[in-house]
Amino acid sequence: MDTLILGLPVAYYIAMVAKVLVAFVFVLLTVAYATYAERKIIGHMQVRLGPMRTGWHGLLQPIADGVKLFFKEEIVPTQASKFAFLIAPLVALIPAFISFAVIPFGAPVTIAGYTVPLQIAAFYDQAGQQVFDINVGVLYILAMASLGVYGVVLAGWASNSKYSLLGGLRSAAQMISYELAAGLAIIAVFMLSESLSLHKIVADQANGAWYVFKQPLAFVIFFICSLAEINRTPFDLPEAETELVSGFITEYSSMKYAMFFMAEYANMITVCAVTTTLFLGGWHGPAFLPGWFWFVAKVYFLIFCCMWIRATYPRYRYDQLMRLGWKVFLPLTLLNVVATGVWVMVFNK
Amino acid sequence: MASEIMTLNMGPQHPSTHGVLRLVVELDGEVIQKITPHIGYLHRGIEKLSEHRTYHQALPLTDRMDYLAPMHNNLGYVLAVEKLLGIEVPERAETIRVIMAELTRLKSHLVWIACHALDIGAMTVFIYAFREREKIMELYEMVSGARMTSNYFRVGGLSRDLPAGFESAVQEIVDTFPGHFDTYEGLLTKNTIWLQRTIGNGVISAEDAIDFGISGPALRGSGVDFDLRRDLPYSGYEKYDFKVPVGENCDTFDRYKVRLVEMREAVKIIDQAMKRLKPGPVLADAPQVCYPPKESVYNSIEGLIHHFKIASEGFPVPEGEVYQGVENPKGELGYYMVSDGGSKPYRMRVRPPSFVNLGAIEKMAKGSMIADLVAVIGTLDIVLGEIDR
Repeated sequence: MDTLILGLPVAYYIAMVAKVLVAFVFVLLTVAYATYAERKIIGHMQVRLGPMRTGWHGLLQPIADGVKLFFKEEIVPTQASKFAFLIAPLVALIPAFISFAVIPFGAPVTIAGYTVPLQIAAFYDQAGQQVFDINVGVLYILAMASLGVYGVVLAGWASNSKYSLLGGLRSAAQMISYELAAGLAIIAVFMLSESLSLHKIVADQANGAWYVFKQPLAFVIFFICSLAEINRTPFDLPEAETELVSGFITEYSSMKYAMFFMAEYANMITVCAVTTTLFLGGWHGPAFLPGWFWFVAKVYFLIFCCMWIRATYPRYRYDQLMRLGWKVFLPLTLLNVVATGVWVMVFNK
Repeated sequence: MASEIMTLNMGPQHPSTHGVLRLVVELDGEVIQKITPHIGYLHRGIEKLSEHRTYHQALPLTDRMDYLAPMHNNLGYVLAVEKLLGIEVPERAETIRVIMAELTRLKSHLVWIACHALDIGAMTVFIYAFREREKIMELYEMVSGARMTSNYFRVGGLSRDLPAGFESAVQEIVDTFPGHFDTYEGLLTKNTIWLQRTIGNGVISAEDAIDFGISGPALRGSGVDFDLRRDLPYSGYEKYDFKVPVGENCDTFDRYKVRLVEMREAVKIIDQAMKRLKPGPVLADAPQVCYPPKESVYNSIEGLIHHFKIASEGFPVPEGEVYQGVENPKGELGYYMVSDGGSKPYRMRVRPPSFVNLGAIEKMAKGSMIADLVAVIGTLDIVLGEIDR
């Protein structure tokens, strides 16, 4: 235990690997079963049953889907730009997963006298009894979210198909314009917490009220913008099935297709996790259940809301979506920032 | 920066072209500059085929045109032939025809609202509407044995009387459907995104609509108060009390409202018709045209020969030509029949409402975006089986 590697104890590295594995497996399993949950939930909302044949009530459906997609033929269109075509699914998938690194998903746990914070990019100072995490956590998430756009744009461009191209272009415009409003919505949260560290933001909410109550407008706008950023209904324009025949993924098959699919769901989980952390008090909840339980419960609830929205709403049109982003959300978030500033000035000082 | 027009080929395999319509769209970004519809992928030569079939044999071809409203196609055809023959249909048969025609209107409009909503992205309405449509399919099966290609009407009346249990099943539809329509309205009419997508979309003025020859709900959505059921009644429609909804703003939303009111009115017509239904014959007393009753075919040699004669040779139809239009769910479905005095139509020309309505697609969608084009296809409510025939 006393051996130090680069100034840190061995236990730190073991805990780090364990945390990465836990978070990765959690996200991966949730991705698999989110597809199942989506089909089941929307199925029941639409008075049908959803998958029923593979396993009890279709519980093995995600595995069957995975196996099927894995054995599908890999098709690369002859006119496609091959390198970009192959790299695009990875570019979409990886940022979706690594955003999870900064999200605190539970209270610090103590194993054999060594305390581990349940947040991948964090360190528990055993002597000072304090958690240190990456101090620009939110910026990191925003950065990773923007990286994901490249996957979509590349896919649309490299497929050399007109539908894909239109999908990719829509996606680029959409993600960029909504990122702005989402970022501005979060600024209001920073102003209250006076920190970009997600650990600090969560701790702040545990001491006072959740930010959803202090910043309801920011919460709503952030959640809607997030839906737009991850291409979920009613903002699923880049893959609008009835217009663009799945848009940027039209030409993809097999595991490359599956990767886009996983990226979409992983993004949904990440976005819900970020919303939970920023607005819903993170992993804090009544103490009779552990912190990670509350975190997972809140994230799943938000995922359920995403699916609920999908079952209810039609799709926006491209220009309406842009108008909503630039002419409604952007001014509203700016106003919110100003209002929050005034509020902080008057009441906190 | 140099810009270029992109030519996009939509269809014939495309989820929103409602079958095998192919649209060659010229795009500036996402804005539509030009639309060229290419049709004919579902051409089966129904008009020509019918020239080689007796009048009874040509009847099943007609319900393969607009397969979403088969009984309306049958209705137009039998009315045209009856007009040529100059025979009267018994009242019970006429009333049942109205009931089936209005059920067909419901059936067709349910598919319309389902696909229109799905095209714009509202999945749930799609499933709900198909659930309700299933009830009507069951009624179809009850009366004719088939769910889609019904072939229930006959020249001179109906192929058979209503089966037991039909009335209670229709009563259930009359009782429950208005509630279902409220559900759709709850999901769509009160939905901001739906309103934004449909209001101001696919505008066509009343003059343009008339110039293009548009008919049906698409015409009424543009504010032209014209409905064949009321203005040129057939099959006893003049006896029913119903409203003809008319739009004001000539856009997709008004056409949507018009069709929804039409569905509610159809339920009312069915209710009235069920109350008018009195026992009686369902086939005209015209032995040279109508098949004899089955008991006589099976039990007497005269009946058997009578049946055989009509089935093998058909029946002669006096020389002449007629035009009969009916208010199909999609618009005016017209049959122009020419007879040379033989037992086969000399010429059967169909005026398909979808084909004529499709002509206005460029007018309605030019200058808007691809997403609007999809909405316009949905609001025109086209069926390719009818366009190509």
